[in-house]
Amino acid sequence: MIIARIVGTVVASQKDPRLEGKKLLIVRPVNLDGTDTTGYVVAVDTVGAGFHERVLVVAGSSARLAQNMKDAPVDAAVVGVIDTVDISPEVDGG
Amino acid sequence: MQLARVIGTVVATMKNPSLEGRKLLVVQSLNKDLKPQGKPLVAVDAAGAGVGELVFWCRGKEASFPFKREDTPTDCTIIGIVDSDKHVTSM
Repeated sequence: MIIARIVGTVVASQKDPRLEGKKLLIVRPVNLDGTDTTGYVVAVDTVGAGFHERVLVVAGSSARLAQNMKDAPVDAAVVGVIDTVDISPEVDGG
Repeated sequence: MQLARVIGTVVATMKNPSLEGRKLLVVQSLNKDLKPQGKPLVAVDAAGAGVGELVFWCRGKEASFPFKREDTPTDCTIIGIVDSDKHVTSM
């Protein structure tokens, strides 16, 4: 899963019937310190996330395993709203 | 599967009900010399790992297999803990 920030919404009246009633969000992947990276992704909201919140985004076929997403043609889903990210300073990752 | 170091934790109170009760950890993937490679990711823990531990994780749809496989939306899951750094040998 990646950490992303919600930067916008998408409205699409004409879409696959299995996407009806789903909120579409534009999310931008961010670094651990909250700074933006490159690129944008359109993701389906499954948690009721709001503008500018930091969220967890699942990509690929796993995205449709979220509740209420059965058989939906989706490859990115917002599955959580992040409260905190704690990075241990003594672990350098290497 | 990829080697990684657990470098932190994530708290998300509001999440998809299918992820409730799951521990979320930040992992930094490593190369064969155990040096960081690529960006850190958020992983669901299926092995009982903790911060600082050397682990390996699985990507893609298979990441949901340790749990209820049709109900757990994860594309990155920690599936094993390496005994120690010395237990990684590269030719």
